[in-house]
Amino acid sequence: MNWTWLHRFGSPPHMYRLAQRLTPWFAWPASLLTLAALYGGLVLAPPDYQQGEGFRMIYVHAPTAWMSLMVYTTMAFAAAVGLIWRMKVAHAAAAACAPIGASFTFAALVTGSLYGEPMWGTWWEWDPRLTSELILFFLYLGYMGLRGAIEDTQRADRTSAVLAVVGVVNVPIIHYSVTWWNSLHQAPSVMQLGKPKLAGSMLWPLLAMLLAFTLLFVALLLVRLRAEILARERNASWLQEELAA
Amino acid sequence: MAELPQSALAAAPAGLEAGDSAGEGTPVLTAARLVLLRDLTLAFRRSGQLVQPLAFFAIVTMLFPLAISPELARLREVAAGVLWVAALLASLLALEFLFRDDAYDGTLEQYALSGQPLTGLMFAKTAAHWLLTGLPLALIAPLAALSLGVPPAAIPGILASLVVGTVALSLIGSIGAALTLGIRRSGVLLALLTLPLSLPVLIFGARASELAIRGESIVAPLELLGALAVLGITLAPLASAAAVRISLE
Repeated sequence: MNWTWLHRFGSPPHMYRLAQRLTPWFAWPASLLTLAALYGGLVLAPPDYQQGEGFRMIYVHAPTAWMSLMVYTTMAFAAAVGLIWRMKVAHAAAAACAPIGASFTFAALVTGSLYGEPMWGTWWEWDPRLTSELILFFLYLGYMGLRGAIEDTQRADRTSAVLAVVGVVNVPIIHYSVTWWNSLHQAPSVMQLGKPKLAGSMLWPLLAMLLAFTLLFVALLLVRLRAEILARERNASWLQEELAA
Repeated sequence: MAELPQSALAAAPAGLEAGDSAGEGTPVLTAARLVLLRDLTLAFRRSGQLVQPLAFFAIVTMLFPLAISPELARLREVAAGVLWVAALLASLLALEFLFRDDAYDGTLEQYALSGQPLTGLMFAKTAAHWLLTGLPLALIAPLAALSLGVPPAAIPGILASLVVGTVALSLIGSIGAALTLGIRRSGVLLALLTLPLSLPVLIFGARASELAIRGESIVAPLELLGALAVLGITLAPLASAAAVRISLE
């Protein structure tokens, strides 16, 4: 079997151009779908019979929480690829993922807190999902801190890749231990995302938002990846030619 | 001060070389035993450093009666949490000694070049670290527990949970310590990396201690702690060996 197509993804010039070409194909659908989902969620969907208008927070909260985990997995996957095949572009992608993931996690925490106020009557509840999100946020901060503390790019790449892989092994353990811890101290919370019992008119904006945020993540990743490649290859001759053209 | 590590450094590679001359491929267990003995010898020659994490643990435990209340009834309620948070912080503090000197004087580089699997040597170093900090912490914890109003009947349970839990803490910490090798003023970063990964140990450990204080069976959380320790024994030396190799590149 011919694997040369795969090697092209390891080439910074190829990825730089590919990222440039692909960005609008993700950015535009992401923006349009976000608008459609917001309209569906904030205007078309009826108020919830128990939670009233407050439930609409879920259209931002649930997708950001979902993305925070997905970005971490993507980051760890890219880091592992970089570690195993010594692929520079994969390390650059992992580096590009971290701030996006941290932002999604932060957004999930803020919206979760805003959501908690009308639902539980407090801004913060030691709910297992919120607690896991908070820990995930610290994992992102640690990853970025480690990367920032090492000056040599290659060493920073490989060291933080080990951390990302260790983290991805730990995330499920942390999640289940936090759930276990929480189940000892209080009854399971009211909202269960596991089984969507939402009516169709409430459900489709949520799924649309999920898709929109995934597209947004890809678009942001492509932009950040280009910035990473620019910074790393600033002395390469292909980049000089590329910029001169 | 400067002379001590060198003399011990000379001792350990001499041991490794003796093994090498006996035949290619010294058994990894022999090499690991030499590393373990070397670390223990070095540590006992500077026993002042060994006492520091223990003193830190005692001070942190003492902060709570001063900050919350001297009533033993109230302290008993939070004792499990206090003991575990103090143990977690003390073991974090002790992590700095794990690789720092060896990275500084080139011993780690010699280990990496010795032809022995670095994973085995990392395991030996972590085991030595646990014997020097984790185990003593677990052994003095009963005193701290009694001072917090914990009934004496709960002591065996607390001791068991700390003995098993500190194994997991040392192993998780060894990853963080290896990742931050070569970074200046890595203290806060080390905490930021290690604490989130240690939370499961804290949760199960504090739960086991709490059940022990209430006089209930601690088997379930103790088994989970044991599972974490076994998982750490299996995977953590791999990760720290990878991190050490990267730091030497």
